Order: sequence, then C-alpha cells, then structure tokens
Amino acid sequence: MSLRKPAKDQPESFEFNASSLEAANNIVAKYPEGKQQSAVMALLYIAQRQNNNWIPLAAMKYIAKFLDMPYIKVYEVATFYTMYNLSPVGKYFVQVCTTTPCMIRGANKLVEACKEKISENECELSSDKSCSWMEVECLGACVTAPMMQINDDYFEDLDKEKMSEILDKILNGETPKPGSYRGRVNNEPENNRKTLTDLKNA
Amino acid sequence: MLKLKVNDIDVEVEEGLTVLQACEKAGVEIPRFCYHEKLSIAGNCRMCLVEMEKSPKPIASCAMPAAEGMNIKTNTSLVEKARKGVMEFLLANHPLDCPVCDQGGECDLQDQSMFYGVDKSRFKENKRAVPEKNMGPLIKTQMTRCIHCTRCVRFATEVAGVPELGAIGRGEDMQITTYLEQSMQSELSANVVDLCPVGALTSKPYVFEARPWELKKTETIDIMDAIGSNIRVDTYDWEVKRVLPIINEDINEEWISDKTRYACDGLLHQRLDTPYIKYNGKFEKASWQEVYKIIKSKLENTSKEKVCGFVGDLTNMETAYIFKEFFDRTVETDNYESRSDNRYINISKRENYLFNSSINGIEDADLILLLGANPRYEATILNARIRKSYLKNSTRIVSLNDCGDLTYPYESLDGQTKTIKEIIDDTHKLSKEIESAKKPMIIIGESLLRLENAKYLFENLKDFLNKKNKFSEDWNPLNVLSCDAATVGNFDLGVLNNKTNLIEDLKSNKFEIIFLIGQDDLNFDKKNEFVIYQGSHGDKGAECADIILPGSAYTEQDGYYTNLEGKIQKAFKASYPPGDAKEDWQIINELAEFMNNRKLFNDKEELDSSMLNYLKLQTEKQTEKNNNNSNSDFNNENLKIEIKDYYFSNVVAKSSKTMIECNNAKMNLKSTGTEG
Repeated sequence: MSLRKPAKDQPESFEFNASSLEAANNIVAKYPEGKQQSAVMALLYIAQRQNNNWIPLAAMKYIAKFLDMPYIKVYEVATFYTMYNLSPVGKYFVQVCTTTPCMIRGANKLVEACKEKISENECELSSDKSCSWMEVECLGACVTAPMMQINDDYFEDLDKEKMSEILDKILNGETPKPGSYRGRVNNEPENNRKTLTDLKNA
Repeated sequence: MLKLKVNDIDVEVEEGLTVLQACEKAGVEIPRFCYHEKLSIAGNCRMCLVEMEKSPKPIASCAMPAAEGMNIKTNTSLVEKARKGVMEFLLANHPLDCPVCDQGGECDLQDQSMFYGVDKSRFKENKRAVPEKNMGPLIKTQMTRCIHCTRCVRFATEVAGVPELGAIGRGEDMQITTYLEQSMQSELSANVVDLCPVGALTSKPYVFEARPWELKKTETIDIMDAIGSNIRVDTYDWEVKRVLPIINEDINEEWISDKTRYACDGLLHQRLDTPYIKYNGKFEKASWQEVYKIIKSKLENTSKEKVCGFVGDLTNMETAYIFKEFFDRTVETDNYESRSDNRYINISKRENYLFNSSINGIEDADLILLLGANPRYEATILNARIRKSYLKNSTRIVSLNDCGDLTYPYESLDGQTKTIKEIIDDTHKLSKEIESAKKPMIIIGESLLRLENAKYLFENLKDFLNKKNKFSEDWNPLNVLSCDAATVGNFDLGVLNNKTNLIEDLKSNKFEIIFLIGQDDLNFDKKNEFVIYQGSHGDKGAECADIILPGSAYTEQDGYYTNLEGKIQKAFKASYPPGDAKEDWQIINELAEFMNNRKLFNDKEELDSSMLNYLKLQTEKQTEKNNNNSNSDFNNENLKIEIKDYYFSNVVAKSSKTMIECNNAKMNLKSTGTEG
C-alpha cells in the first residue's frame, strides 16, 4: 500500500445536499459545544456517500469550514484512513481482501480475476467506467475466506471461477447475490459440523 | 509536591510535571526527539522510554505524569535495549547522508545514535524516499530524513498560529507537508529549522555554508525590532553566517522572528567601507583626516543654530550619548532628535514610553486593548506572547483597528479616535470592561502617537486608568509599543528636542548642516544643506549626503540597547567593520578631538560609565509633570496603522537578499489570491 494521493481532476466546489446536511447537523449535535471537530470522520463519510463514493478536496475544505477547524487537520484524517476514497471509484467498487487468511485460501486468484475482468491496475476504472477494484486489508470475514466486498455487500467463499461470474454480472449491470458462494448461511461450519469437538468432518 | 525516586535518587517535583521533567530534576538526561518544553506533548518518538516499577513495559517518560511514590529506573538493561530498538527503527528509513547534511554536527539523531545506535543495519529492504516539499525561501526540506517527531506541526499550530503543516498518510507513508506547497504564512516560520531534531528542515539561505564547529559564536541581542530578542551570532572570519535564538524566558523564550534570523545577509551588502566626499554630485573616496577637516571647517563657519543632528533607529546608546555630548559640548546646540516623525512623547517619566506591563505580564493580562498597533508586524515575538496568553487564558483582545490576521481572534472597533474618547469619557462599553478587569493592558502603537490629538488621547487615557485605580505596585496597564531598537534608549538619554519642532524646521530647509547617524527615514527635500551621514549601509541617508562616515553595524561593535520594556541589554561585537569603517562612538570622539584638540572621552570604558551614570541620574530626578490638558480641543481622527514594510523595515533588512525573496514569496501569494 502506498500513499494515497488525491485525484488530479477535482471538482471546483462541494456542498452538502439537503439530506446530507441534515445528517451532518444531527451528528454535530451529538458533541458538546466547541467540540464539534470530533464529528470530522462521520462528516467525511457523509461527503463520500453523497459524492459517488469518493471525497474531493473541495469537500474537505467545506467540512473544515463547516466544523471550524484547519483544512490540514481534515486532510490528515482523510489521508490516514484507507476507507476514505480520495479519487473516483466505479459505481461497483470491488475491494478484495488480501490479508493472511484470505491470502492462504487463494486471494491472489481473485486479484487475477479482477485484473482480467476490470482493469490491469488497482484503483483504475474499467473500460466502461462502471467498476474499479483495489486490494484491502482484513475485512473481518476470515471464516469465509477468500472474500471480497462490492459496495456494501460481502461475497464470500470464492474462487477464481465464481469471482469471474460475479464480475461478469456486475459488468453487465446485474446484481449478484451477496453471501457465501458455497451455500453456507452466515458463518456456520461446513459439512454439518456442530461443535468444536466434532472433528470428523473438519 | 510529589516524592518519587529516579535511579534511587529521591526527588520532589510539583504536581503536573512529567516523569521526564522529574528525571531532569534528578540530573538524569533522557534522550528525546518529539518532546519539547515549549510545545504540547506528542509522545510519538518513543526515545524517552524508561522503566517504572510495577509496569510490565517501559513507559514513555515525556507523556507520563509524575505520581507519588513512583520508582523510575533509567539505567537498566531493559531501558538500554528499548532505546536501542527505537533507534534501530528510526535509522531503518533514515538516509546515511550525514556528510552532505547541513544538520551534521548539531543533529540530535547523530548525537544520540552515538549512544544508542547499533553499528550495523539489519534492514535489508528498500529504504523509503519522500519527495521534497516547497516551503518557501527560508526552509529547505529533505523529507526523506524526517523521523516524524511532529515538532514542526505543533509549532506551526500552537506558537505560530498558522495551522498549515500536517502529517498526512499513515505508517511508512506518513509525510509532513504543507498542503499549500508555499512558504508558511508566519513571521516565525524559520523556528521550525531549530526545532527539527534531524536535517529534514534546514535553513535555505545557510545551505552548505559552514559546519557548526567552524563558527565563532557570540551571544548578543537583536535590533530588528524593539523587543531585544537574545540571539547567538555565528561568524566565519568576519562574515556573519547565521543568527540563532538563545533562551531568555523574559523576552523571546526560544523563538526569534524570520527578520531577526535572516536579515543578517544584509550585513554583507551595500556596506560603507571608506569615507566618501561628494564632488559635483559624485562620491569620491577620501581619508578620515580629509573628511574631519571638511566637517571642522563647515561647523566652524556655520552658526550653531543652523546645525542639527538626527539619530537613527538602529543606533546603540553609546553612540547616541556621545553624539548628544558632541552637540552639547562641541557644537553647543541642542538641535538633536531621535524621532523621524512628529510623534508625541512625554519624557518626564520613563513609564510614559515603556511597555510597562512587561512581556511576561502579557500572560497574566485579562483584557488586551490594541490602540493603533499591529503587533504581528511591529513586534512579532510579542505577538506570539499575546497568542500564548489567548491560548492559556482565552484572554479577551480588542483592537481599535481591523489588523487582518493576528493569529488569534480579536474584536475590532471602528478605527476612529472618537471611540477612544468615548472610552475615556466612560460612555463606551469597554470602559466598564476595563474597570472590572483585574489586569487590563492598553497597548498604544506609534501610529496613535503620530496623530494630531495624540497628546490629548495619551494623557487622558492615563488619567482614565488612574481614576479607575488600575495602576498598582505590581501592575501598570499603560504600554507603548515602540518599533525600533534604539527608540527607548534614545528617550532615556534625552536625545530629543521638545522645544522646537526639528522635523518641521528640517522640511522648511532652515538648517545648513545636517548630521545623520544611521537615520534613513527622514523625508525632506534637500536644497543647500550640507549633509553628513554616518552609518553602516548605503541607503537613503547616504544617498543625499555630502560626506559619508562609514560606521559599524550592530554585530561589529559593543553597544547597549534598551528594549521596549526598559530592559538595558548589551550587544557584543561578533565581527569587524569592513574596510576603513570604524566603531560609531570612535568616529564622533575623533571628530571632537580634531575640532577641539580634546577627546570627549578617553576610552570606551569612560564613555560607558558616564552614560550609565547619566541614566541613573535621569531616573532619580524624574518627576511627573502635570501635563493635564483635558480641556484642550479634541477632533475626531481616522486612525490608520502605518507600519513599515515588514521585510524592509531598516537598512540591514533592506540590503538583505533573503528579505527580498521573502517579500516576493509573500507578493506571489497575494497575487494568486491563495492567502487565507
């Protein structure tokens, strides 16, 4: 992972729309007067939501003004947390987990599929501009490794073929079904294992 | 008081101190990078790890508050190992470029790696490289060397009040940067060079100039403003290479302004190195004997009322005193003046022109009222104190004028002097606030004293404060903010003439001989006057002169200066005047000898003791004259703060290339409209 740089093409200005503004005001109201700066992370997320899943510099400036704090402080927070996207991402934003458990279970194959189907490099829009992918650190679903996240949904128990099918679907504008792709419900053990001592099917 | 043990030594410390401070009290030195006395605590370098009894892990002593009964160990193998580990990580990504690094020889990392560094590296991976940042004409960056102590970030945010620096990214990719890619918008910016414990931020004008051990270090004082910051002048041969702050908690703490630090290259340019005589509009070199001879015959053939003398803004007190003596005893006239404008001053009592609450007092004040002053440019270090006071006590600050960004919030009034009259007449809401404030401060700028109604305003403000019983043993709310280093010293010595208005007389060409000592701020149309200019730099004064006497700058002669609080301090000789130039007092003394066959003073010592004696007598015989004239007419005036261009406020700064670059950088910012 290298330093994430803000996109070169930046919109001129940014402002919260009505629903974002309401959400922002609700969050700021949670903090005591004079401590409104604590709301910066939530507000950055609201801005990201509003602006097609990425945060332009104009939004950081807007939030700095909104919370009466120095711009550089907002910029520090936005560059620190990897879940804030600083450059445009696709409508379908694919995040492939490549941390150890997923890596052992074959995450690099998923990355290969992304490279074939979406784009050669991570954080690069696909040819039809609808999709982009990136490698991320642990998403907390190690039980169902390897896995990936598309926008807000987890897709688990994958391999290269299943991954390719899902990517084909999203590239065609269809909505694939989230969850386990080996038929598991949530994180239940496979092969009818019910207890930890029940090792015969492990 | 808390009792704790450091390496089995018992120490008692006040509550609120940290373990690191307790260790220092016990005489144990703790290595550190991020911790700095004057900044907030970050605790991110981990170099100050110590062992604490009952703690399973070593603790960061800079961030741990000292507590009763603690048992701290700093010399165990655990501590040694921990520090070695931290040092190895710091060096993992630090380039091995000490031979080409300007910090070499005064680098904290270099020094501490001598104690804790391991002689070989286990780090086989690629080293990190960080692109250089543009931080303007004063600060050179080499961010690969940065160890992320964040001292510069904290300094910019807390002391300088310009939150433009920040640490972006995380982990290995963390970078210190200004998002602006421009110089910092602060007159204190170059202090980050001193703060940086490694060579990441170094001084751009000083780049590859010298190594610290080659320089001769002279502790002296600064004269770029009236604060009298304590500085160290580093010289190589006769050249002043750089100026650094030294700690004086009562004046400049640890900081100096950019002008103090970087105007020193002006000492190398535009210097007057030999006496000159003007023949047919052209300057020609001359010998000292020739110029003395001409001055003698001119003075002898002119009636003494037609002779006048003006002392400039950088002149030390010895020179001003001997100049006054020269006029009193040799020329026998009192046509001398140290002001360059018609500013009102009442010298019957010292308190009338001093910054009486003192610089330290700013931190105790609960109300600060700025009248015709812009401390950010007139006294940068003092402004940093006001900001400190604001951060510490949320001091209420009111300014009559809107001064733009002063680095702290303040309420601005309408800029009309009738508002001051309302305050005096008890009809303004501020009158009540001043009355209820325990330690109010009224800071009067020179711009107010230049007004036509200055006398009325000043004397009545004083009366008003008197009526409200604001003067007490330990607090004097009346403060005059002088801008120039020589101002207060000259007033103490009485180098001014309140009987006649010499400036007006000068402008109406009433004089025949004008003697200027480092005075370049007079605006007058020269007709047939004979002008003698004595000074260090070829500027406005020298241009209009008929005879130039080359003098010395503040780093080239010993000399006293009194700062705006009335503290008398001595500047020491760090190098030599160029060419045939002489020390200023010597020139006047020789001239007097040439004229009367008698020196004014036998040597410098006699001059010093005579001057200090004079000052003592003056303070003893001070009496407050009744200057009350509240019946005099008052007309409303629009108070406009006139300040000299910050980067060109005196001849040294005007001759400095670095100051020109700073000014250009500032102009660029303004023209692209990215400021603010």
